[in-house]
Parts: sequence; structure tokens; C-alpha cells
Amino acid sequence: MSSVASVHSLWTVAAEVPGRIPAPHIEYAQLSPTLIVLGAAVIGILVETVLPRSSRYYAQLALSVVALAAAFAAVIGLAAGGFGSSKARIAAMGAIAVDGPALFLQGTILLVSLVAVFTFAERRLDPAAHGKKVDSFAAQAAAVPGGAAEQAAVKAGFTTTEVFPIALFAIGGMLIFPSANDLLMLFVALEVFSLPLYILCALARRQRLLSQEAAVKYFLLGAFSSAFLLFGIALLYGYAGTVTYAGIAEVVSDGAKQIDPALAGTMGNDALLLIGAALVLMGLLFKVGAVPFHMWTPDVYQGAPTPVTGFMAAATKVAAFGALLRLLYVVLPGMRWDWRPVMWGVAIVTMLGGAIVAITQTDIKRLLAYSSIAHAGFILAGVIATSEDGISSVLFYLGAYSFVTLGAFAVVTLVRDAGGEATHLSKWAGLGRRSPLVAAVFAVFLLAFAGIPLTSGFAGKFAVFKAAAQSGAGWLVVIGVISSAIAAFFYIRVIVLMFFSEPKADGPTVAVPSPLTTTAIAIGVAVTLVLGLAPQYFLDLAGQAGVFIR
Amino acid sequence: MENLIALLVAAPLVGAALLLCGGKRLDRTGHLIGSLFAVASFAIGVALFADLLGRGAEDRTLHQYLFSWIQVGGFRADAAFQLDQLSMTFVLLITGVGSLIHIYSIGYMEHDERRRRFFGYLNLFLAAMLLLVLADNYLLLYVGWEGVGLASYLLIGFWQHKPSAATAAKKAFLVNRVGDMGLSIAIMLMFTTFGTFAFGPVLAATGETSEGKLTAIGLMLLLAACGKSAQVPLQSWLGDAMEGPTPVSALIHAATMVTAGVYLITRSGAIFNAAPDAQVAVVAVGAVTLLFGAIVGCAKDDIKKALAGSTMSQIGYMILAAGLGPIGYAFAIMHLVTHGFFKAGLFLGAGSVMHGMNDEVDMRRYGGLRTYMPVTFITFGLGYLAIIGFPGLSGFFSKDKIIEAAFAKGGTEGWILGGAALLGAAITAFYMTRVMLMTFFGEKRWDPDTTHPHESPKVMTIPMIVLAVGSVFAGGLFSVNETFVKWLEPVTSFEHGHSPVSATTVTAATMVVLVLGVGLAWAMYGRRPVPATAPRGSLLTRAARRDLLQDDFNHVVLVRGGEHLTRTLVYLDHSLVDGAVNGTAASMGGLSGRLRKLQSGFVRSYAVQMLGGAAVLIAATLLMRGV
Repeated sequence: MSSVASVHSLWTVAAEVPGRIPAPHIEYAQLSPTLIVLGAAVIGILVETVLPRSSRYYAQLALSVVALAAAFAAVIGLAAGGFGSSKARIAAMGAIAVDGPALFLQGTILLVSLVAVFTFAERRLDPAAHGKKVDSFAAQAAAVPGGAAEQAAVKAGFTTTEVFPIALFAIGGMLIFPSANDLLMLFVALEVFSLPLYILCALARRQRLLSQEAAVKYFLLGAFSSAFLLFGIALLYGYAGTVTYAGIAEVVSDGAKQIDPALAGTMGNDALLLIGAALVLMGLLFKVGAVPFHMWTPDVYQGAPTPVTGFMAAATKVAAFGALLRLLYVVLPGMRWDWRPVMWGVAIVTMLGGAIVAITQTDIKRLLAYSSIAHAGFILAGVIATSEDGISSVLFYLGAYSFVTLGAFAVVTLVRDAGGEATHLSKWAGLGRRSPLVAAVFAVFLLAFAGIPLTSGFAGKFAVFKAAAQSGAGWLVVIGVISSAIAAFFYIRVIVLMFFSEPKADGPTVAVPSPLTTTAIAIGVAVTLVLGLAPQYFLDLAGQAGVFIR
Repeated sequence: MENLIALLVAAPLVGAALLLCGGKRLDRTGHLIGSLFAVASFAIGVALFADLLGRGAEDRTLHQYLFSWIQVGGFRADAAFQLDQLSMTFVLLITGVGSLIHIYSIGYMEHDERRRRFFGYLNLFLAAMLLLVLADNYLLLYVGWEGVGLASYLLIGFWQHKPSAATAAKKAFLVNRVGDMGLSIAIMLMFTTFGTFAFGPVLAATGETSEGKLTAIGLMLLLAACGKSAQVPLQSWLGDAMEGPTPVSALIHAATMVTAGVYLITRSGAIFNAAPDAQVAVVAVGAVTLLFGAIVGCAKDDIKKALAGSTMSQIGYMILAAGLGPIGYAFAIMHLVTHGFFKAGLFLGAGSVMHGMNDEVDMRRYGGLRTYMPVTFITFGLGYLAIIGFPGLSGFFSKDKIIEAAFAKGGTEGWILGGAALLGAAITAFYMTRVMLMTFFGEKRWDPDTTHPHESPKVMTIPMIVLAVGSVFAGGLFSVNETFVKWLEPVTSFEHGHSPVSATTVTAATMVVLVLGVGLAWAMYGRRPVPATAPRGSLLTRAARRDLLQDDFNHVVLVRGGEHLTRTLVYLDHSLVDGAVNGTAASMGGLSGRLRKLQSGFVRSYAVQMLGGAAVLIAATLLMRGV
């Protein structure tokens, strides 16, 4: 049903029976994954107020894990019930789409988040402070760094167990983001997952000033980009007279049929469409970290607590690319001759920019940040293909990439010296001799990033480049392969550094993690290898999920 | 019967595997095992031969399909054998002469502690050569071709403790690689031209193919043949290959290896028949080589090297005949077989002489040996008479036919080729008489105190006697009623040439040059005593002693040229390729360093960049629409 019609019916009903507004029809079952996660987040806040400090950690961890697992089960249930294919539908009065890509992306986000929560909960890496176990997060986020309040909080053994409900809110937003079916819902979802992320970024236990700076930067730039997005939404509304995806798509392809008297001056004006589309795209490109809207990525990735960085790099990217796919495939297919060349340009500068700047990085987290920018470029190449192969290849790539990223950042949390994590690359020299297993695992992730065969990175890259080439963008693939070659340089450089350099005398030690982080890394390695060795099943799965509902 | 074909190859192959993998416990019986497998292969060959004789002339081609070897898309290669009259002839020669050489080696290598390994290599040599002549397609032939190369490398360098032997083996291998490249290119051309490389379809399709392509394939096949058969310009390895044990020389020169080139050209006759330009190249190579080898043979004092020059020359005759087309193929193969008998006999005789002379090879230190080694003298003498073409012996029939066919080529070409062949016959008579006189006649030039010449044991002399019998009678037997020509005709086809001079005239001329050659040699080495140290000699003699400067030529042109080319390439690699790579890397690094500065850490500059990016995005989108 179109929004115009519903608004119309709302008006007539309201006119007939004043004072009564009918309750909107909500498909609770189809929305259950999101509702479970958001409900658990609310319960988590209650836990913080009700339970004593000592038991909050376990309660929050259990709650988060159960909620995410239940939500994932709900996604599987929906997919098994055919909502990914034959019964795909628009729910919640046109605001949410429940279809193949949405379920696939929600499933991916939930799995990634589940693993990320494990790394959030890790309490064995940092030495215990005053006999209390500590995690990666500040004892009391509101205390001034280095001040008396902070010391008191540390001494009291406070921990910021709020990270769990905050993360759940972010996850809830991410679940809505790729399934949002109108521009307002898109914007709401964006804010719902962005605001908790800003807070999470500020919560690092060590180097708190760097962490807070990163959070503020992220917040300011995020707000800036949200403004562009919102402006773009306004322009698109002015052009189409509606904010629903299907409604805009109709006007784009067939022209405006009923001119709304209030919008008579703007409806059907192509300038509004083009500028509005460009601005909305910009808002999404900011979230995926595409050049030239990538500036926040290295600073935020470096400053945020490493488990949060991993979570952001993996889950945010999945959600943002999902929303971008839906926007381009559902709303704007009618004007793809306008946006495709522009997006080609963005993909090229993103691939090349990320790869080239990464060469001179000396911090492993910044290196991975630039690597994520380059990968955003590769994924964009698949997004632009505008074919079913393009959708499925992007879905596959997102699944593969997010686990590699999460695993890589989890390994980064293990390599430590007296100042916490030893992220400077020079300290990683000779790690392979001291801790061969950890170095080997990290090497697997690096090889997957580089797209070496038998890893998921190769299968994903092959899929997106194939889709891009089939859509006629052969030269884009050439540039992509060149970027891959450049990128391979700095991935391999880290491997060479780990295995073929003499270890430093005062080098870092590798902390022995609890089963939580071990599980996270093991899952990362397993997914990387399974998707690399036998990608076809998952490519088929992504292929089945490759049709958007309109 | 066709199921026996694979056994021909399998027998020596199993022998080789047993001997090479069997280890020390076979040391005492290894030579017997090796000989047994060679004789077994010969026996199977004889059985198959009897079977072929029992069939009609057109029904004598047997096929055995083993398995599909490689199949990728349109590319299909089978492991399959083809036995026809041509391969049958080779099989009997290879296994027959090969078996005799095996038996001879039992005595010759008696005191060598690596005898088991030697017999393993000999068996491998036989297996590879049999695979080469029995394959039903060029790709499988190539496998045998390479196997022959490998086995020859192992055998020439058998006495690897001698640096000269190791070098000679390497030289043979490398020069052969040049020829092998020709064969592999020819096979690739065949595949692109015909879509297959099985003999049947390829040779049947030559009629519908452009002459240019066939000429290219023919020239590449010729290059391959030049490598294996030691023809100019790839002849340089043959003389050095004498570093191997003498039975190896006999095997290489008589039964295997050098005959492979003749086989290849004869087998590919249909290609050459349709490519006259390639045929001209073949006869030119043959004519040049037959004179080249003969001249080299005149100047060598090392008995084995003199014989090596002779081999080169005789193979030149065969290549020449094969290049003449249907008028010559049968005679090329006939000469190949008779040559197999007498050249094997001569080499085994030379080995027997060395055996009795403390491994001395310099003929200037021989002399008057006929009384000390009567059996060797007689068998060697019969081989000598056969090779110079003494009337009634094998060489007379086969060589005479080739000279006749060369004249029959017609026109100026015919006169040149015929003249060259006649001249070659004269020189052959000269140098072979020289070898004979220097070795068995004249005064003793060896030291009686340290050298005690003696006859070789029976295990060595009996093979020599058998080969001598072949040298005497084979040619005559083949020529009665043109038996041999008729036998081969279904495979090679045959035409009588129309010689501008009559057959009788050719025979008479051959006799005249024969007498001239022998007489000159008698005048120089029979009447006068042979100096124990070589005189300085004329310019030609000195050049011929150095193999007509072949190595100097190769060194100056190929080695120096190659070194220059390598140095240039290394320089280019360093400056251009590495320069480009390193330059790209450096410029990427520089670019990276510069772009990195954009990342200033200030939110305000980030925001400005985002604003700029948004402006560009909008502008680009609008531009695309042209609004």
C-alpha cells in the first residue's frame, strides 16, 4: 500500500470520526528480530538500575547473548517461513521491508554482533586493577580522564556494563537500517545506531583522551553528514511528494501523476531529484567510509576501544551497505544512468585512496582503517553492477569481510605491552617467532584482506569483480585489481614484519585471552577458511536472497 | 596380436625400473636381468613381425589403445600405439642391435662397479626409443623423444667422475634441447592447424592445408631431426658424446638416438611431400652434413671420433634420401638398417681394440693389430668393407640407391646432390681405409712393455660376429626383388626416380671414386709409415681436427652472443623493469605520504573536505544529466 493512500485514508477516517485515531497495523512476527534486540536493550537499562554492580556484568552478558541468539533464530524462522522469497512483504505501514536481502543482512549483523559481544566481555587481557577484573572500557565514563573521580572509580572497581545495552540499541538500529522502506525510517534508523556508537567510541579504558577525541570527531562529522542526508530527504520529498521508496521510484520512472497542490512548484523537478539523491547517497557513503567522506575512519578506528572498532568496522559496514543497496536498487533504478558514473568515480577514488594511503601507515589500527576504506571501494564496485549478481556478490562480500575484520581486531587486542595494546607496527616485528599461533592467525586474516585464494577474501573479491565486469564496467575491475595489488603490499608487509624480522628485546607480549575472545577469533578463522574453500553454498544462499521487494 | 605392442615398450621399461630401484642386491645379476629384458623385447618384436608377414600388405597396421592421456576441451591426447611396417623395421633394429650391445656390454663393463646402473640406463634408452617409434601421435612420440634425450644424457655422462664426460653429457643435452624446441613448436603448430596430433588425421589432412603452414611445420620438424640426428647446424654434440662407454656410442650411433631424426622425417613424409621448400631444406642439410662429417672423419686420430664423423656423414645420406620424397624414403630407411649393422659392428670392434689396448683411443699408437685380434680384425674389416660400399656387401646396395635417387631428383639440384653424394662416397672410402690401415696394418706403434694386445672374450666377440654377418648380407637380402622397398611402400609410398644417368653409370662412378679413395689412403697411410705424433697438417686438416671449427663458431656466435644478450637483458631488467617497479612503488609511497597529510586530525578540515566532496558529488550528478 502506498503512503499517499494511507495518509488519505487517515484523513477521511479522521474527518468522519473525530477524536479517534486507529492503531496502525504492525506485523509483530515479521519485525520480531528488531523488537527482540531493542526490547533486550531496554531491559538492559533496567538491569543497570535494579541489579547490584557485582552481578551486572554476568546479567548483561547473558541478556545480550540470549537476545542476539533469539533474534537470529527469529531471522532463521522468517527465512524458513518464506519471508525471504515468496512471502516477502512490506510491513509496519510501509516503513519496513521484510525480504531476502533484509533477512540476509540482519542475520549477518546479528551473528557478527554476537561475536563482537564476546570481545566486549573479555576481562582477562588487562591486568586486574585493585583485585577487580577489568575490560576494555572506562571505569566511569563521565569522570574526567586522569582526575580524582576516575581514580576513585578505578579503585572501587567500577565497570561500564552499560556498553551491552548501548550496543544492543546500536544493533537494533542496524537491523532496521537495511530494511527501512521509507526515507524517514532510514533516517531514524541511522540515528538510532549512530548515537550509541558515538558513546561506545568514547569508552576506552586506556588513552581516554584519544578515545573521547575520536568520539567527538565522529559525532560532529556524523551530525554533519546527517544534516546532508536530511536535506536530501527533504529535496526528494519535494520532488516526489512522498518519502516511501516505492512512491519515489514510481515518480522517477513514470513521472508525477497526482500533483500535490502544496508541492506544485517542486514536484517532478529533476534538479531536486538529482541533488536530493546525491545528498542522500552522501549520507550513506559517509557511513560506509567511502572517499571523500572517509576522513573520520582512521581517527575513530584508532581512538575507539578495539572491540568497538571491530564491531563498528564489521556491523556498521554491513548495515550501511545494505541501506545503500536498497536505495539504489529500489528507489533510484530509474535514474541509474545518472548515478552510475558518479558512483564509479567514488568507487575508484575509494579503492585507490584507501590502498595508497595505507602504504605509509605505522599503526595497525589505522592500517586496518584504511584497509576498510579500500574494501568499501571493492564492495561499491559490486553495488554499482545493478544486477542480481551484484546484490548477491555484495551480500557475500559483506558476510565474508565482517568476520575477517572482527577477527583481525580481536587479534589486535591480544598484542600488548605495558601501555596496553601495542598498536605501533614496529612493535609487531618478529611476532611470528615469539607467538607463532597468533601471528599465523593474523596472517590468515591479512591474506583474506589481500584476497589470496582459499580465503573468503578471494571468493568475495572475485564475486564482486565478476558482477562488475558483467555489468560492463571492465575498466573498473582493472582499477580494482590494481588497487588490490597495491593493498596486497601492505598486508604482506605486516606478514613479513611478523615472520622475517628479528623480535625486539622490549617487544610486546601476547596476552592469553579468555574463551570469549578465543571463540571470536576461532569463528573468524573458521568463516574465513570455510567461505574460502567452499564458497559456492554461501554464494547460492546470497543469490537466493538477492531480490528486493518494492 | 596388437595387445603385444605395449609389451615391447614395457619389457625394457620394467627392466630399467627394476635395475634402477632394485638397489645393491641386484648388483650381481643386474647385467643379466637387463639383457634378458632387451632380448625379451626383441622376441616380442620377432613374434609381431611374423604376425605382420602373415597379413596382406595393406593390412599390416596395428593399433593398440591404452588410455585417454589428457583431455581438456578440444585437446585430446591418447596413450596409443601404432605398429606398421616402418615402426616394425625400427623395432627389430632397436631391439636386435640393442640386445647384441647389451650382451657385449656384459663383457665390456665387467669391471665397472656401477654396471647394474649402466644396464638400467641401457634398458631405459631402449624403452624410450621404442616409445618414440611406436607412438601413434606426435605428443606421445615427444615423450619418447625426451626419454631418449634423458637416457643419452645419463649414458654419455656415465663416467661422471671425468669432467670431460660430464661436460659432454651436458653439451649433448643442451644441443638436443634446441632441437626439442623445434619438435614442441611443430606439435603446437599441428594442433592449431589440424586440431589434433595423431598421425592418421594429421597426415591425411595435408592436402587441404596451406603450403605455408606445412612448410613451417616441416622446418620445425627438421630442426628437431637435426638435434637428435646430429645434423648441421646442431651436430656439435656427437663427437664429444664419445666420452661415454663404447657400447653407448654403438647404441647411439647404430640403433637409437641418431636414427630418430630420420624416423621423424620419414614418418612425417606426407607433410614434407606437400611442402617442397621444407624438402629443399632437408636435402641441403643432408648434403652439407654428409660432407661435413666425412671431412671431420678424415682428420681424427681418435678411433671413436673418426667413427663419429662417419656416423654424422652416413646419417647425412639418410636425411638427404628422406628429403628426396617418395623416391628416397625407402632407401633412407634401408641405409639406416644396414648402417645399424655395420656401424654397431665397427663401434663394438673399436671397443674391442680399446679393451685390448688399455683403453687407448689414439690410432697413431695402434698398428699391426690384425695378428693379435683376429676376430676383431675380421669383423671390423667386414664392417669396413660394408661402409665403403664394397660390391656385394650391405652398404653397396643401400648407398648406391641413395646416390642414384639423388641424381634422380632432377635438374641442377639433382646434379649437385648426386655430386655431393659421390664425393662423400670417395671421402668415406678414404677415411675408413685410413682407420683400417692405422689400426690393423703397418708397424706397431705401441709400447710392448706396457701394452699387451689380446682378443676380447666370447661374450664380446659373438655380438660382433653376428653384426658382421648382418653387415655382409643384409643389403643384398633387402635388394632381391626390391623386397625392402615393397615392404615399406604402404607406409612411405614409393616412386621410381628418373635419373638423368643410368643406374649402371652411377654404380660405375661409385666404384671409380671408391677405388680413388682407397688408393689415396693407401698411398698416404699404407705405403708410408704413420708418424706416432700427428704432423701439423694443412689448414683444412687442422680445421677438421677441430671439427671444422664448429665449437669455435658456436662459441663466438652463440655463447658470446648469448652472453651479450643476457648482459643486456640483465641491464634492462635492472634499469627498466626493476626501475619501473621500484619507481612505481616509490611514487606510490610518495603519493601516500602526501595524501596522508590531508588527514590532519582537525575536524574542521575534515568537514570542509566533506563539504567539498558533497559539492563534487552534486555537480557530477547534475553534469551526468546535463541539467
